[in-house]
Amino acid sequence: MPPAIELHGVTKRFLTPSGAVFTALRDLEMVVQPGEFCAVVGPTGCGKSTTLALISGLESASEGQVTVFGEPVTGIAKGMGYVFQTDAVFPWKTVLDNVAAGPRYHGVATRDAREKAREWISRVGLSGFEDRYPYQLSGGMRKRVALAQSLINEPRILLMDEPFSALDVQTRALMENELLSLWANSHASVVFVTHDLEEAIALADRVFVISAGPGTVKANYPVPLPRPRNVTEIRMQPQFSEIYSEIWNDLKDEVLVSYERQKRSGAA
Amino acid sequence: MSGRSAAARLDEVTAEAGSAQAAAPVTDLSAQRIRARRQRQLTVFGLRILTAVIVLGAWELSTRYLPTIVDPFFWGQPSGIWHQLVVWVTDETALGPLWKQVLVTMEETVGGFIVGTISGVVIGVMMGRNRLLSDVFSIYIKAANAIPRVVLGALFAISLGLDIRSKIATAAVLVFFVVFFNAFQGVREVERNLIANARILGANDRKLTTEVIIPSALSWIIASLHISFGLALVGAVVGELFGATEGVGELIYSAEHNFNANGVFAGMLLLATMALIAEAIITALEDRLIKWRPPAVGSEIQI
Repeated sequence: MPPAIELHGVTKRFLTPSGAVFTALRDLEMVVQPGEFCAVVGPTGCGKSTTLALISGLESASEGQVTVFGEPVTGIAKGMGYVFQTDAVFPWKTVLDNVAAGPRYHGVATRDAREKAREWISRVGLSGFEDRYPYQLSGGMRKRVALAQSLINEPRILLMDEPFSALDVQTRALMENELLSLWANSHASVVFVTHDLEEAIALADRVFVISAGPGTVKANYPVPLPRPRNVTEIRMQPQFSEIYSEIWNDLKDEVLVSYERQKRSGAA
Repeated sequence: MSGRSAAARLDEVTAEAGSAQAAAPVTDLSAQRIRARRQRQLTVFGLRILTAVIVLGAWELSTRYLPTIVDPFFWGQPSGIWHQLVVWVTDETALGPLWKQVLVTMEETVGGFIVGTISGVVIGVMMGRNRLLSDVFSIYIKAANAIPRVVLGALFAISLGLDIRSKIATAAVLVFFVVFFNAFQGVREVERNLIANARILGANDRKLTTEVIIPSALSWIIASLHISFGLALVGAVVGELFGATEGVGELIYSAEHNFNANGVFAGMLLLATMALIAEAIITALEDRLIKWRPPAVGSEIQI
């Protein structure tokens, strides 16, 4: 079986409005196996989100190859799920219709789509909120809607762009645990972008460290912690701290580079 | 685990303590607030009436006691306007029964409003979605928007004749540009995240337009309807001024020709009433169509 995701020598450049060329990613190499949970960490602005956009097919690489299950990515491939950093649930749809959107776009009749949506709404613990509009929900609840909306399509690949960064610490731990149990029943490969190393280790089988922009994979670390995990308990284990300090050694330098750059561009 | 549950317990404890203490005063306070709000509504209503009384009273008194300065022949008189309205309602106008004039103008206005809104939305969405179309046509639309479009009423009176069609066309032209610019901008301002999400979820181009672009632009479009109904009314009345046999605009025109200032004011009052009723209908429509929007800041009672 081919890897779920493979990025080979991938470079992504943007033309800025002023006409300058900005290189977001350079020679990125990344392989994600089917069913693997990967986390991507790196300093601000290192191209983590761009990596997800390339895998999803929302954007195309300037150079290099992006393949999903052996197929080159040319547009939005089937079986993709994407949970965005900021709210991307449709504010004019109720929770039920938000979750039912995916199947409906794939041609499922509204009634069947809604029935399936009810199932997923209960799976993410939102039963009773089917008729609410997003503005009536808390940030954590909106994230649950976004999760159900993605997972109802039964994606083979789930891309998550700092999905929980806007949540408070308690809600976040709760959502992380729920994500793990939903993922355990799904066999999907996950690429989880975060700037929080603790979150990355608690969730993932493998952590990719991306260097300060232009982003490239500096190293990747397996996380051999046992599953099923509880993200709050696993942080107390000595092995967790060992892995943390090992990866942090690597990440620290990149964060410093990025910080220095920001300071300089801020001063200029 | 232990750390989190301890924190959670602490939360509960403080919440309980807080609610136990606050329970009684909270209900008291909210009742007080509701009373205060009702009081305020009454004050606003009272002040509105007072404003009308002062303005109309000053008008009436000055035309009565200072006719050399404010001549009721030129400036009208509230009692005279009222009398004119009573005559129009109980008897009839120079053009026939009053209800017919109102109905004709209403037909022209609503007709122009519908034609202008639909064409504005359709073309606005199309140009908002297609960059080439907008690049090619934007300069012509800006140019057309810059000319005073009411003069087109004269052209329509010649080309479409003096019946309802020339008025609908004038009203539609005025409405079109306002709705068009709002629909166009609304489409352009759709959050990219929402579009990306819909595409990932499997939406094709058509679904993207109907399920994401249009609902998202709808708040912009509906906001423009408030202004554009007033403009449709302007278009209909201007159309009537360019040549008509009936309608409120024509009624005003004939009053003017008879040096009947009270008649002009009475016609204006009719138009204002029509506009206010339409505004209420559009607001109700807006509340129905955009019920997903959070209530406006300040509309909830703060405790």
